[in-house]
Amino acid sequence: MNINRRQALGLSAGAVAFAATGFSALPALASAEDADKRIADFAGGKTPETGKLTLTAPEIAENGNTVPISVTVDSAMEGDDVVEEVMILADGNPNPDVATFHFSEASGAAAATTRMRLAKTQNVIAVARMKDGTTYVDKKEVKVTIGGCGG
Amino acid sequence: MATPKPRVKLPKSASAGEVITIKTLISHTMESGQRKDSEGKVIPRQIINKFSCEFNGATVFSCDIEPAISANPYFEFSARVKESGTFKFTWVDDDGSVYEDEQTIEVK
Amino acid sequence: MRHSLAIVGLGMMMAALQMPLTAQADPVDDALVIDDLEMVTRTKAPEGHPFDEVRSGWLYREAETRELEADSFQNPGMLYVEQGADIWNRIEGPEGKSCASCHNDAAVTMKGVGANYPKWDADAKRPINVELQIDKCRVENMGLEAYKFDHAEQKALTTYIKNQALGEPVKLDLSQGELQSWWDRGKELYYTRTGQLNFACASCHEANSGQYIRADHLSQGQANGFPTYRLKQADMVSLHNRFRGCIRDTRAEFPKAFSDELMALEVYVTWRGTGLSVETPSVRQ
Repeated sequence: MNINRRQALGLSAGAVAFAATGFSALPALASAEDADKRIADFAGGKTPETGKLTLTAPEIAENGNTVPISVTVDSAMEGDDVVEEVMILADGNPNPDVATFHFSEASGAAAATTRMRLAKTQNVIAVARMKDGTTYVDKKEVKVTIGGCGG
Repeated sequence: MATPKPRVKLPKSASAGEVITIKTLISHTMESGQRKDSEGKVIPRQIINKFSCEFNGATVFSCDIEPAISANPYFEFSARVKESGTFKFTWVDDDGSVYEDEQTIEVK
Repeated sequence: MRHSLAIVGLGMMMAALQMPLTAQADPVDDALVIDDLEMVTRTKAPEGHPFDEVRSGWLYREAETRELEADSFQNPGMLYVEQGADIWNRIEGPEGKSCASCHNDAAVTMKGVGANYPKWDADAKRPINVELQIDKCRVENMGLEAYKFDHAEQKALTTYIKNQALGEPVKLDLSQGELQSWWDRGKELYYTRTGQLNFACASCHEANSGQYIRADHLSQGQANGFPTYRLKQADMVSLHNRFRGCIRDTRAEFPKAFSDELMALEVYVTWRGTGLSVETPSVRQ
């Protein structure tokens, strides 16, 4: 049997799978630096603290097109203890921006869930900004798998 | 694409001051602007770029949305309800279309 | 028995992509409950079946995907069920009829119906599935044209009708007309190797069921959840679309949707899931 041909098939199958995720056709992927810059702007130059903010994401995404993520900030959402915004970034997508949640006292809790696209295995990052300007960060690596023989 | 259709789920009633969970889903392809058609041309971006939820006229929760949000966008969040009233949900499309839904809640 | 070509071919793909090769993994032992209705996801196989137990593909998916199907609000497939309900009630065509004009409330008249397709179409002298039954109504009763394959409305209406059988066990009546001979033909196709990769349906879904093909956990390839909401397409995927996709993946020419080959395959593959609940719209990767 022709091993080279099979190797080539394997590679082309990978290429097909990659292009078919709908989110990776153009070459320029965001670098981690782009994400860092977004975080610096969001945090007003300060380094965000850890704790209080929890980002939940699967360790392995069955398909990068639909990855469930949740954020929760430990906050009373009353008086001075209010989360104003939580920004979600993905440091390996063509553009690191994913979404920004805006909360209010009427939210009752600083928690939100959505579903997002990941072009490849990468970090999903959440940054929260409190009313007093304090910021928190959490980060999870999500492995994006490539499906069967056709992707 | 058929006209996007919102779905919203929240309790019909709650006690005063209770924090309730609201789930929303809307049909939309969320064309990222990153894909090419069969002729190699980039398919222009068309996404829902903003979602918001108001209760009796005051904003409860809103979200700025980028193309990295999946097709048929789903948002789940909370609201603290102090009185009976009406939730209004709004999704804004890149083409300027606005999709809306309303749900009432009774606070006992 | 594992087929050497399949293993070599997949091994090359994995080596090329540096994906981990995971060995046999059992499907999860978990209950699928949708709106308080427990689905049959494991059941004793019918007589003459190669497996002892038939299993829903839901058991082979990751927790997040399983949860998405179990929540009938979050399941994006339910958007298409709602769209299908609108089409059901919409008057269309020169006869001024909707589906509901004849069939009234689908919750009553279509309850369980999707669990028993394909059936025998005595007029056409071939099997008929839900998509073709819709087309038959459109052409014969509504004065409309048949839907183009995988038209968005065809998928939505099929999803809606099959959803009326949610939880009902799949059961075909092979004594109808010549359905048994189509089952025989479908079985032959299921085991026929094809394409540059030289795979039969059975290569993945029987001989290697439970193994990983790159990162995909291979299920038994059951039809009970179709049309299915597939995360990859973020859209409904019809059974014949998936058949064609699988055959394409073997690097073979693939038959037309609703062709004799694929109708025979639908009869046989549906039978292989006898006793499983209809899960439409299921959620898969």
